[in-house]
Amino acid sequence: MAEEMRIVLRNYGKINPLKIEDYMAQGGYKSLEKAGRMDKEALIDEIKKSNLRGRGGAGFNCGQKWSFAYRAPGDEKYVVCNADEGEPGTYKDRLIMENDPHTLIEGMAICGYAIGSKQGFIYLRGEYPQLINILNNAISQAKAKGLLQGFEIEVRSGAGAYVCGEETALIESIEGNRGEPRFKPPYPPSEGLWMKPTIVNNVETFANIPVILEKGAEWYAGIGVSSYPGTKVFTLTGDINNKTFFEVPTDTTIREIIFQFGGGIPGDKKFKAVQIGGTSGAFIPESLLDTPVAFDDMSAIGAALGSGAVFVLDESRDIVDVTTRIAKFFEHESCGKCAPCREGTARMHELMESVNSGNGSMKDIALMQKLGNVMSIACLCGLGQAAPAPVLTTIKHFAADYNAKLM
Amino acid sequence: MVNLTIDGIKVSVPEGSTILQAAKEVGVKIPTLCYHPDQAVKANCRVCVCEVEGNRLLPAACAQPVMEGMVVKTRTPKVIEARRTILELILAHHPQDCLNCIRNGNCELQDLANEYFIRDNPFTLKVRGLKKDYSTPSIFRDPDKCVLCRRCIDACSVVQSVNALGLESRGVNSMVVPTMGGDLMDSPCVMCGQCVHACPVGAIGEVEEIDKLLAAIADPDKIVVTQIAPAVRTAIGEEVGMKTGDMPMEVFVAGLRQVGFDHVLHTNFTADLTILEEGNELLKRLKEGGTLPMFTSCSPGWINFCETFYPDLLDNLSTCKSPQQMFGSLVKTYWTDKMGIDPAKIYSVSIMPCTAKKFEASRPEMNASGYRDVDLVLTTREIGRLFRMSGIDFDKLAPSSFDSWMGAYTGAAVIFGASGGVMEAALRTVYEVVTGQTLENVNFEVTRGITGVKEAEVDLSGTKVKVAIANGLSNARQLMDQVRAGESPYHFIEIMACPGGCIGGGGQPITKVNAKRVERIESIYVEDENCAIRKSHENPEVKTLYDEFLHEPLGHKSHELLHTHYHDKNKKYL
Repeated sequence: MAEEMRIVLRNYGKINPLKIEDYMAQGGYKSLEKAGRMDKEALIDEIKKSNLRGRGGAGFNCGQKWSFAYRAPGDEKYVVCNADEGEPGTYKDRLIMENDPHTLIEGMAICGYAIGSKQGFIYLRGEYPQLINILNNAISQAKAKGLLQGFEIEVRSGAGAYVCGEETALIESIEGNRGEPRFKPPYPPSEGLWMKPTIVNNVETFANIPVILEKGAEWYAGIGVSSYPGTKVFTLTGDINNKTFFEVPTDTTIREIIFQFGGGIPGDKKFKAVQIGGTSGAFIPESLLDTPVAFDDMSAIGAALGSGAVFVLDESRDIVDVTTRIAKFFEHESCGKCAPCREGTARMHELMESVNSGNGSMKDIALMQKLGNVMSIACLCGLGQAAPAPVLTTIKHFAADYNAKLM
Repeated sequence: MVNLTIDGIKVSVPEGSTILQAAKEVGVKIPTLCYHPDQAVKANCRVCVCEVEGNRLLPAACAQPVMEGMVVKTRTPKVIEARRTILELILAHHPQDCLNCIRNGNCELQDLANEYFIRDNPFTLKVRGLKKDYSTPSIFRDPDKCVLCRRCIDACSVVQSVNALGLESRGVNSMVVPTMGGDLMDSPCVMCGQCVHACPVGAIGEVEEIDKLLAAIADPDKIVVTQIAPAVRTAIGEEVGMKTGDMPMEVFVAGLRQVGFDHVLHTNFTADLTILEEGNELLKRLKEGGTLPMFTSCSPGWINFCETFYPDLLDNLSTCKSPQQMFGSLVKTYWTDKMGIDPAKIYSVSIMPCTAKKFEASRPEMNASGYRDVDLVLTTREIGRLFRMSGIDFDKLAPSSFDSWMGAYTGAAVIFGASGGVMEAALRTVYEVVTGQTLENVNFEVTRGITGVKEAEVDLSGTKVKVAIANGLSNARQLMDQVRAGESPYHFIEIMACPGGCIGGGGQPITKVNAKRVERIESIYVEDENCAIRKSHENPEVKTLYDEFLHEPLGHKSHELLHTHYHDKNKKYL
């Protein structure tokens, strides 16, 4: 039986987020102090050894990313926290920032020390205005206590664009430009904010850092699946009894998340599908529920762990209708920079509307598959590449639902 | 060097090269749409995607740097399906209006649709129905045709530092729009037309006015007179299937007579005249402590720029009208007197490499002759269309020379068409006027070429005159900021709004690469070398003009007909 394990949410409910003393009483800022005594390369090696992988969705090895920025030449480097938590159904970063802001600040400061950066930014989701004060309060408390060693952190609020969760669009937004992704390479660790070496990590990623330093890389690497160790915070929505959040090791299976932690489907209804990782996540059928939630296991079934949002549908749900709404979402949120996403998301929505309203044909389904395949490999950024996943996976796993709506 | 293979062909290219550059080396053509060789890489159209072994995604060849051992495939079924689907998507959002389009036959999207034989587009055609913008007399915008490659924005903001074009809205609703919320006329647009060259399709073009010419030619009461700007000859051949520079002037003139112009004269005549007026103005300012540095005033895009962005420096502008407008005021006064023609009958047409000239001719102050001085401005491209429509075979055309009294010109006028040419022409004359000595080597090489900012120092009998030359408005801005800060070391500054000068003007044959501008520049200096007379003050018809009509440079008549004043455009938001 899988059990909850709290690393990033370790202080949830235990401390007053407005009081740095509470955080420090739990051992807070000791890891930063420890890091400051360490050789930078040894520090980065420690993070590498923990095998912590980014919790934002791409799953890149965190220590490796830091080492790129560390080695990149230049005096001016930046640490950016991606707190633009825009995936519908996801609120894990809010939980961390709302309840334990110092763990984020400590994680960022450790990163700043490691790569040689004096300036951090927290790019905060525009819909989280209530967190600005909490974060600023925490930053000034840490500064007042002289804990940050000259490392500055500024909170920047987003303006509601989903695409700004993409790291280079986020960087453009901080720079004051339209929130649009850049092509890569160059990657942010070599040319990021103002074209300087920049680390962009998710809130959850940073929140892991102090604990890894406190308890050691080996300890961390031993938790969950070895290729994607540690824990992951999940937020449950949809047709599920426990619409809540929890943090579990990465070897937990989807089935355990839904039926054990989630308490199963309300009423006597049967499970139909689950979408994991946010709006661009794949829809997973019953047959694949024993997959562990770890990054590579999910990739293997054509899904993505993404943000950790878990959206459950019971048997009464019209999955074609749900997918149509998702297609509309992506048409709305495409930034418009690259042609296949700009035009493709709109066409996908148009075709889904046609099928959903009973006016579609097999030809439309085939066209959506072709379009989806092209978008997933040819779009400029992750938004366009991932946008067709719900369409493609529902066509694959729930063909009967589509067929039932065709002309 | 980095070694890779493209479609099985081994290639070595310098580190930092892109797949697109490497492919070019080995003759593998990768299609592009948003890519522009003289601009920053955008990678937004995704038409150039290709397969790289070991990479799930298809990277854009224009942006993907090569790596050692990389195996690139540009023709796999996956690549072809991606490119065709992307083209289908773009085309399904683009008016199927090729037959009526200004860029029919010269359109990058049309070429791609042809190369990838897009036939039955599976996506439903959806045209947005956006409003066309005909607010300026020079340039129109047809936003429905825009493919959002953003090359126009780059040209306007990076090359010209004008920032008249920007993006609005998001996703499928995103649009290139004039900045500041209104039409193009309300934006800081200077009408240089560099966006027209940058546009791969027909979303931006010159305001076409050939019909007005045809009506004038058809009108028995009108005498249609034309002037040809210095930069036109070098490029007009490109419009009728010749190489750059290959159209001989006399054949060009013969062609113009064939299409119905009654008299063919030359802006070069007033270019020479400009040198006398402007050269003397400079000497006067130097002698009497006038405002310095003095700026040239031939380029109407530059005048718009100065009036928009540097209204505090309008006193630095030479008061000389541009050669086009000097011509306009003289043709309906001096020339009609000389010819015994009623100026009311004259329909004065200028053939220009320039879109901003259309605006210049429409300025209300340009009526010194008592009429509108220049009735119609046609671009090189429009004349090209007229020639093609008229079916003229230039190989078989008997050469013809210019009409008298305003048709003679020198090599100094010819080089007005290239950046540095006005300066060089002025130096040829000013040197002789000041020193009283004959200038043996008339070639001032230092003023030539496409380099953004050039400078030189000339010794005029012990007086050292420092001059600077800029082409392209972001280069001009460097010199202007210096002047504004009171730190400019120069006495005389030549500015041409367009990169390379008028040979790269907004009305020239669609110019996709700067290399074409360089070719035209070379042709201009060959033409100069071939002129018997190469100093403006030695132009015999200009001498006659002064003897019989103007009497002296900067004199009373000159002041009336050849000089003008400028206006603060008062764009407060800038």
